[in-house]
Amino acid sequence: MGWSRDQIAARAAQEIGDGYYVNLGIGIPTLVVDHIGPDQDVTFHSENGLLGMGPFPLEHEVDADLINAGKQTITETANSAYFGSASSFAMVRGGHLDITILGAMEVSEGGDIANWMIPGKSIKGMGGAMDLVAGVRRVIVTMEHVSKDGTPKFVRECALPLTGVNCVDMIVTDLCVFAREDRQSPFQLIELAPNVTLDHVKTNTRAFFEA
Amino acid sequence: MASKVFPDAAAALDGLLFDGMQICSGGFGVCGIPERLIDVLVESGVRDITIASNNCGIDGVGLGKLLLTKQIRKMMSSYIGGNAEFERQFLSGELELEFCPQGTLAERCRAGGAGIPAFYTRTGVGTLVAEGKEVRNFGGEDYLMERGIFADLAIVKAWKADESGNLIFRKTARNFNEVMATAAKVCVAEVEEIVPTGCLEPDSIHIPGIYVKRLVCGAPYDKVIEFRTTRTEDAV
Repeated sequence: MGWSRDQIAARAAQEIGDGYYVNLGIGIPTLVVDHIGPDQDVTFHSENGLLGMGPFPLEHEVDADLINAGKQTITETANSAYFGSASSFAMVRGGHLDITILGAMEVSEGGDIANWMIPGKSIKGMGGAMDLVAGVRRVIVTMEHVSKDGTPKFVRECALPLTGVNCVDMIVTDLCVFAREDRQSPFQLIELAPNVTLDHVKTNTRAFFEA
Repeated sequence: MASKVFPDAAAALDGLLFDGMQICSGGFGVCGIPERLIDVLVESGVRDITIASNNCGIDGVGLGKLLLTKQIRKMMSSYIGGNAEFERQFLSGELELEFCPQGTLAERCRAGGAGIPAFYTRTGVGTLVAEGKEVRNFGGEDYLMERGIFADLAIVKAWKADESGNLIFRKTARNFNEVMATAAKVCVAEVEEIVPTGCLEPDSIHIPGIYVKRLVCGAPYDKVIEFRTTRTEDAV
C-alpha cells in the first residue's frame, strides 16, 4: 500500500520542469535525480558552490576537490559552473532557484517546516536548509507520512525547532500529495497513492487540510 | 615591498596569533581546508579562539584537531554533524556554539569584508536563530538583522597563487575560502603552487592579492575525502 521512497521521489520529480534550476536535500530528495527524463534539461545546484552536478564518479574520476553538499564525491556536467559560498547563497536568497526538494521531521498546516534538530537527541545543525526554505521560490517536502513510531508528521503546529515559517508549498508522502496554491491558502489533498483511502490519510494526519 | 611568500606555514603565521583571537577559516567539510595553517595553530598552543567556519572539520582532521586540544572557545558554524567531539563539547557546555545558517554565515563574512556592519535576510525568521535579533518588515515581509563578521585573521586554502597573492581556487574547494579571504584584517593563504607574478591570467583570478598578506606553498597535499562515492561503468 502506498508509495515506496523511490515512488515518492518520482512523484516529486514531476514538479520539475524543463530548464529548471533545482536544489535537492539529503534522503528521499537525492533519489529525484533518477526520475528526470532524458529530454529534460535540469541543472542541479549544490550549495557548497556548484551548478551542474553530475552523477557519482567512476573510480578513476574521483576528485577530492569535487564534492556535493553531503560531502560525497561527484562529477561535473557540460554546463557546470563553480562559485564560492557567498555567491551560492546569493542565488538561493535572491530567489533564482526554481525548486528545492527537502526532507522534513515535521510540517505544519501553516506550511512551517522542522528538519534540523531534535532537542536533546540529535543536533547536526541547519546547514543551508534555513536559507533554502527562505529563499527558493517553491519548496517541496518529501517525507514518510508518519515517523518510525507511527506519529503523524503533518501536524497542526510543529513541536520541533523550526527551519522556516510558512514556506512549504507541497508535501509528497508515501500516502498522498498535499499542495496549496499560495502561502495564504490551506493545503489540499490533491492525490492519493494506490490503495490508500482518504480515511487512512485522515487517521494519520493531525494537520487541517481540504480533501 | 616585502615578499608575501613565506618558507613554511609556521613562518606565515608568525606574530599573528594571540589568545582570545577571532579567526575565519575556509573549507567545507574537509574539502579545501587550510590544513597546514591549522596544524600551526595546534602547535602554537594559542587558546580561547573564536572560529567562524561552516563546520569544524571531522574528528581529528582539520579544525577538528583544535577541538581535541581544547583551544577553541567558540564556534560560529552551520553544521556540527560528522564530528562527534564537536557535538560532545557543545552538549557538555565546554564549547560555545553560535549556530549560523550556511548562507547567513557566508553573507556575514561577505558583508564584514566589504565594510557592511549588518544586513537583513529572510533566512531564520521565526526560528531559534532569530532570538535576540532585530526583525524589520520590508514590503510586507519580515527580515532578520544579521551582523557582518570581520576577524583578526583569515586562513584559507587555494589551488594556485602568484607571488603578488592573487588566488585561484579549484572546483568545489573554493567554497568558503573565497569569502573568508576578505573577512579579516590579515589573510594568510596556503596553496598548492606559487607561480611568479605575471603567470596567472588576470581575468581568471578569484581573489585579488589585495586581500592576501601572506602566502605559503603547502604541497604536497594528501587530500582527505569524507565520503568516497563512485559508480560503475555500466550504471549511469
